[in-house]
Amino acid sequence: MSGRTEGGAKERGLSFRPKSYRMNRALRLIRRRLLGALPVLLIVVVGSFLLLEAAPGDAVDAYAVSLGGDAGMIAALREAWGLDGTPFARLTAYLWSLLHLDLGQSVAFSRPVLDVVLERLPNTLLLMGAATALSFALGSALGIVAGSRPGSFRDRFLSIGSLALYAVPGFWLGLVLVVIFTVQLRWLPLSGMETIASGKTGFGRALDIARHLVLPVASLGFLYLALYLRMMRAGMAEVWRMDFVLAGRARGLSRSRIVLRHVARNALLPLVTMLGLQSAGMLGGSVVIESLFAIPGLGRLAQEAVGARDTPLLIGIILVSAVLVIAVNLLVDIAYAMLDPRVGAGEAQA
Amino acid sequence: MTHLSAEPITPLKGVSRKEQLSEFWYYFSENRGAVMGFWVFLLLVVVALLAPVIAPHQPNEQFRDAVLVPPFWAEGGRLSFLLGTDQLGRDMLSRLIYGSRYSLFIGLVVTTVALVGGIIIGLIAGYFRGWVDTVIMRVMDIILAFPSLLLALVLVAVLGPGLMNAMIAIALVLQPHFVRLTRGAVMAEKSRDYVVAAKVAGAGHLRLMFRTILPNCTAPLIVQATLSFSNAILDAAALGFLGMGAQPPTPEWGTMLAEAREFILRAWWVVTFPGLAILVTVLAINLVGDGLRDALDPKLKRS
Repeated sequence: MSGRTEGGAKERGLSFRPKSYRMNRALRLIRRRLLGALPVLLIVVVGSFLLLEAAPGDAVDAYAVSLGGDAGMIAALREAWGLDGTPFARLTAYLWSLLHLDLGQSVAFSRPVLDVVLERLPNTLLLMGAATALSFALGSALGIVAGSRPGSFRDRFLSIGSLALYAVPGFWLGLVLVVIFTVQLRWLPLSGMETIASGKTGFGRALDIARHLVLPVASLGFLYLALYLRMMRAGMAEVWRMDFVLAGRARGLSRSRIVLRHVARNALLPLVTMLGLQSAGMLGGSVVIESLFAIPGLGRLAQEAVGARDTPLLIGIILVSAVLVIAVNLLVDIAYAMLDPRVGAGEAQA
Repeated sequence: MTHLSAEPITPLKGVSRKEQLSEFWYYFSENRGAVMGFWVFLLLVVVALLAPVIAPHQPNEQFRDAVLVPPFWAEGGRLSFLLGTDQLGRDMLSRLIYGSRYSLFIGLVVTTVALVGGIIIGLIAGYFRGWVDTVIMRVMDIILAFPSLLLALVLVAVLGPGLMNAMIAIALVLQPHFVRLTRGAVMAEKSRDYVVAAKVAGAGHLRLMFRTILPNCTAPLIVQATLSFSNAILDAAALGFLGMGAQPPTPEWGTMLAEAREFILRAWWVVTFPGLAILVTVLAINLVGDGLRDALDPKLKRS
């Protein structure tokens, strides 16, 4: 406090205290959520461990089927990979090593699980982040266009369009986009994350990755675009009936001011909640999209792990995606608490 | 004691059933899109039921002399294969017609399993509350917060690939929505006068749960069921596309897309038509769902 300047003292009178109060509230929210997340993660790990325990065959079986080996070698492999012993002993051993951030050894890759997962994670994050940004920005903007005049032609056009878009399977949309933009027009690359061994660096490489990501992002994001458009439109249609809109009109505010400052702003809040809820769905959708466009991400890794019966890797992926979903929801909640002072106040006090 | 009236319970049977239905249809038919969706869906059901009669060929019959024949209006197309043939010389139209059976079957079974399971679990959670409720809702929250397709993938890994296992996995993933809806509705209804009246009259737990409370919670469940129906079709197609759902040569639409994927450069029709079939089916069901929502409860909003 002693280091504050004169300007700070002036601030203290008006905005400083509410601001610090807000920060405190956010910090308490974070602490509370992190404590609440631990049992959830424990349940996820134990649950998936027991679930995969029930699966017929383990990694050694998958290995032996593809590469062969006699009984002695199979037993030796089981011991080397830690697959002998009772399930309970292995579960406690796994949880113990988890405490040291050791997710075990991937069988299919012969590398630590954490390394493999962290190597793939950025690609998925990039894909999901871009798809979220596209769908949220475009969806809410088009929702405002549709909802600014409920019942008009453009409203009906956009509503029907979004309904149709909402029914399109993402992987099929990807295939159709490939036919149009790669096969017919030859504008965009077919698959992959970047041109292999192109030797590009810096801006050229970023541009190359962006070109590769256009079609995957579109096929992943359009479903959510439709969702956000519909939510925004429905929210706006509801807010139009509220008294404060009538009051704004009575005061003679311009239409665009009412639409943007009064109606759209209030309709935007539920969309922020949806953003967090949809992160899990989007992670699931990226499994298919990554497989379709051969993007080396988390989703494709999950598919590979299922194929190779790589239980440690699969549990690692599940754990990391659970952490990801929890983190995204936490961020959304913090943003929400910042936007709307009423939200989370009670929870933060506890 | 007269104010212990049974207000929201189903009115007297007989006369009112018909009236209720006509009132429902009045509101439902207000929505033109919903009516259109309803007829398309009905048409799909008829096509699925009459598939062996309508389909020009057997779905797995291979015509060796007609591989990748384009649709009849395109150059090189033949009238005997209206929508062309796939890479093994199988008639696309017949496969699509038989595929409608799979999609509707998947939607029906998955929705039924998820609905019944969700209602029972939700009733128990909302009726008994306490630690039972806490445990159930915690588990449901975890399932809900989990990437559904990833969870389905893991379950398929445990159970092995196949249509049946994919359906079980999807039902498990969709069922928390029903649990939450039922629980919320039960909690709202439980303290109402008519439930108390039934309890005072000596109704047991089961009767209270299923006969007294459940009939008054149906509207949101019906709407959610239509949504689940289309979700199930989409998810099953995605799993089929990943090779984790129905296995070839089953004419399931997602599996057809997966099989035809590598021929996308040479033959657009093998990829276009199955996708369009999914699109039309899902769109029709979603339209019906929208109409149902408006007709059953104007206050009910898509969450």
